[in-house]
Amino acid sequence: MTMAPKREAYDVVVIGAGPAGLAAAATSAEAGLSTLLLDENIGPGGQVFRAIASTPVTERAQLGADYWMGADLVQALRASSAEVIQRATVWSLDRNLEIGVSIGSASAFARARRVILATGALERPFPIPGWTLPGVMTAGAAQTMLKSSGLVPDGRTVIAGQGPLLWLLAAQILRLGGRIDHILDTTERGNYFAALPHALAFLTSPYFAKGLSMMREVRAKVQVISGVTELAAAGDGQLASVSYVAGGKRETIPADLLLLHQGVVPNVNLAMAAGVEHRWDELQLCWSPVLDASGTSSVAGIAIAGDGAGIGGATAAVVRGRIAARAAVEALAPAAAAKLAPMATLRTDLAKAERGRAFLDTLFRPAKQFRIPAGDTIVCRCEEVTAKDILDAVAIGATGPNQLKAYRRTGMGPCQGRLCGLTVTELMAQARAKSPQEIGYYRLRAPVKPITLAELAAVPKSEDDVKAVVRG
Amino acid sequence: MTKRVDAIVVGGGIHGCSTALHLCLAGVKPVLIEKDYAGRHASGVNAGGVRQLARHIPEIPLSIRSMGIWEKITELVDDDCSFESHGQVLVAENEDELASYRARVAELNGLGFTHEELIDAAELRRLVPAVADTCPGGVVSRRDGAANPAQTTTAFRRKAEQLGATVLEGVAATNVRQNGGLWHVDVGTESYAAPVLVNAAGAWAGKIAAALGEPVPVETVAPMLMITSRVPHFIDPVVILRGRKLSFKQFKNGTVLIGGGHLATPYQDRNETVLDWKSLAISARTVFELFPVMRSATIVRAWAGIEAKMKDDLPVFGPSARHKGLYHQFGFSLHGFQLGPGAGAVMAELIVNGGTQTRVSDLGIDRFHPSAL
Repeated sequence: MTMAPKREAYDVVVIGAGPAGLAAAATSAEAGLSTLLLDENIGPGGQVFRAIASTPVTERAQLGADYWMGADLVQALRASSAEVIQRATVWSLDRNLEIGVSIGSASAFARARRVILATGALERPFPIPGWTLPGVMTAGAAQTMLKSSGLVPDGRTVIAGQGPLLWLLAAQILRLGGRIDHILDTTERGNYFAALPHALAFLTSPYFAKGLSMMREVRAKVQVISGVTELAAAGDGQLASVSYVAGGKRETIPADLLLLHQGVVPNVNLAMAAGVEHRWDELQLCWSPVLDASGTSSVAGIAIAGDGAGIGGATAAVVRGRIAARAAVEALAPAAAAKLAPMATLRTDLAKAERGRAFLDTLFRPAKQFRIPAGDTIVCRCEEVTAKDILDAVAIGATGPNQLKAYRRTGMGPCQGRLCGLTVTELMAQARAKSPQEIGYYRLRAPVKPITLAELAAVPKSEDDVKAVVRG
Repeated sequence: MTKRVDAIVVGGGIHGCSTALHLCLAGVKPVLIEKDYAGRHASGVNAGGVRQLARHIPEIPLSIRSMGIWEKITELVDDDCSFESHGQVLVAENEDELASYRARVAELNGLGFTHEELIDAAELRRLVPAVADTCPGGVVSRRDGAANPAQTTTAFRRKAEQLGATVLEGVAATNVRQNGGLWHVDVGTESYAAPVLVNAAGAWAGKIAAALGEPVPVETVAPMLMITSRVPHFIDPVVILRGRKLSFKQFKNGTVLIGGGHLATPYQDRNETVLDWKSLAISARTVFELFPVMRSATIVRAWAGIEAKMKDDLPVFGPSARHKGLYHQFGFSLHGFQLGPGAGAVMAELIVNGGTQTRVSDLGIDRFHPSAL
């Protein structure tokens, strides 16, 4: 069913129904503000709570208690007066807080007094030789299939990379009876020492016990190889083997499926297209929006909550959603803010939820060799541009990602730089001996998600439009 | 410290870069100052039309001169600029439009210009098979085509630098002044001085002219464009519709560029534009109606470049009417890209030889000011 927004304008429009968006929309509506929540999936939950209202997986332990926390958030939202539209792809947001959204097969526009972006995270690109072969996919894509359809791998499966989500996915696959032959852990040995100063906070955080038991559970069933370097996928038109170096020895193992994961980074496309200022985050090695303590961005009226504001995990995302919504309520209907949890309480909750994050960020900081590829390794999948192609363009005068477009069309394909942007920035920064901040990022443009010409053509005509088209 | 150079060019668009390159060819080594980077604005993000078709008569000689350079562009800049020549077609959507085009072509022929050719429905269908059956004909300019604007501007910048121009990017030219017969410009902590100053600063050029006592009726505009994902090849020439403000071009890689002059809101001081999606929806609807093959294509990106538009839609081109050594090259009013290569060549002639064989006298700034020189 096609359902356009009921109104032309709202007090608050929340974009994304993951943990931050669910919490923000419920909070805003609870305070009496007219609230619209737009989400592109078929049901609420985002990635962490994907298919929370529809998953075929019924045995709660298989997906873990954290997953089912999403059900409470959805319930709170449904009890509120917020208008929720699923399968609504927001493709444009500008500094006038005009939102272009595609619902069903038509485009619609809505205006907001406040926008809360809760567009979450993306998996960091993992550009190794052979990563574009069929049979190689991201761990996140595997998790999507697992949550929404209960599908798990049954062929020879290798998981490679690092980060908390890698272990979570491995545990979920195993619990659902899936097959994993090897885990190739690419965590750099030096990271363990670098992370030590943050260890105390981590040991007393909820991550610790959960993480440890999950890793133990996985290690009991799967051979885990540590200190992996020089990872490569190979095969003739289809993945056949994975090779790597560990303990000074090169190994090659046959594989039908390689799942890659080296952490997540903020999904910045919509915020950047709206003109929100971003900075390079040296610890998380990604772009993060410049925000104040309430999540307010450099563009008046736009706040960002959840992992899109900097990776913090689901629990922190929920609190950040509430903080951003409370700030909107304070600005638009100060009297109604009294109904909500006080800001001081929320900030205490946030500090608690963020405890242990610095340890994880440091421990799982991806190694340079997996971020900055060389030679014939593909960087831009849309236009099939290799690392060498980019270095060649730098040598003849390309100075940054936007200038590179004139040489190689990188970032101009349908993915809008999601799969190559970070790699291009870091590769060019290294080649030019500059910082990623100095090199910059693609200027992103709407539509941040492709829309069909027919969808755009179906925009309702205003009187002025009709006048402009009628001739004579 | 002040560095003495042969000439100062302000603005790293196609025009500033082309003039810098042609000055180098004439033995004059300029410094080119660009506040962002070459091709950051209109020159790098326009539709890439290489078009003599449907131009204002006063700029046709410059356009023809430029076309000759486009056809040998690789020899000039060591880069093909992705230039392709499949003609440009102005489609008449009805008999009234066709009648006005017939009169226009006759007028051009009377002036000795033969690049525009009236075509009937059959020839239109041959050139543009996908066009709607109701269109009775049009005009074609067969040597026209399109190029990649960012690649082209970058190529001109690179070649100018190789030939001896100094290209300064990321620093603005400030405090432009004349002193002791030389033009002085501050660039960060440095100063440059030269007998010649070329104002090719695009949307920012009007301010420079005004500060030097030559205000002109100019506004800043940002024409919008959008590009689709790849679709099977179905059209070669660039297609223009006048009544419904549409231009349309399919590239070799299958992507289709849709433009036509609907405007975004420019925020010049922030280097930003805010797109007007309701106008882009009109363009989408026009394409939807005229080219059914495009209906399921996806729009990948839309944008707008900031540029200067003159009240009379003609560029300001040639020597200052007030100051010796000052030359203007701006205000190309949404159709300056094709003119870039020729305009640089002619500007270099004006500077070095004091004159040119190409008729540009109708484009001077003296049309707004009686000459004081």
